[in-house]
Amino acid sequence: MKSSRRHFLATVGQWAAALAAVTVLRPIAALAAERNLKAFEAKSLDAVLSAYGGGSAKESADVVLTTPEIAENGAVVPVTVESKLAGTQSISVLIEKNPGVLAARFAFGEGVDAYVATRVKVAETCNLIALVQTADGYFYAQKPVKVTLGGCGG
Amino acid sequence: MADPMRIRATMAGDKVDVKILMAHPMETGLRKNPDGTTVPEHYIDTVTVSCKGKTVLSADWGPAVSKNPYLAFRFSGAAKGDMVSVTWKDTRGETRTDEAAIA
Repeated sequence: MKSSRRHFLATVGQWAAALAAVTVLRPIAALAAERNLKAFEAKSLDAVLSAYGGGSAKESADVVLTTPEIAENGAVVPVTVESKLAGTQSISVLIEKNPGVLAARFAFGEGVDAYVATRVKVAETCNLIALVQTADGYFYAQKPVKVTLGGCGG
Repeated sequence: MADPMRIRATMAGDKVDVKILMAHPMETGLRKNPDGTTVPEHYIDTVTVSCKGKTVLSADWGPAVSKNPYLAFRFSGAAKGDMVSVTWKDTRGETRTDEAAIA
């Protein structure tokens, strides 16, 4: 009976080691990709901010977010973000009630206008948030979008 | 291999107006087939646009960007005839690069 107990413990040990390997290796895989995985898994604006190492964001009228008020098809919602703030480094588009809040983040090189237009999926009626990163911190603008047909599940 | 991108780069005053349309399914990994199995995630996660060897725009995307993604932006410091190069990489590690001359 003793040997079977030993065998059991050894098997458990192996499993634990395998599990540990999986949990440890995961963050390394995330690092290998340049994308900030934590930010894309975040569930709120504050969580996205902390993933990017920002403190808090101030609402600003200089961030211009253009979206349709009513989106008939949530799978294709046009979004345009323009920042009038000096020294804009990046623009992020967030959708409050999507499974992952952050949809896209655009980082600008030198001589690039702080303007970007794209199309995103919106799961249900909620606020769209444009988050702008400048040398002075983070600023945002938000706007509600009504979705009649959700962007997920199709 | 994925279909080519459609890139249009035009001069608007002293700035370059870039419009890009990519061909990609952008599967979120949440959608289900009629038989209940999940469609595996497959989306573009990084996009890089460069001109004259300099990166002008780099984007990190999540699955919430629409299917066949559209992207438009403006930059300065280039002239007619310069090449704009766009590269994307998706979650399966596939990449595609396309170029267009500024008109």
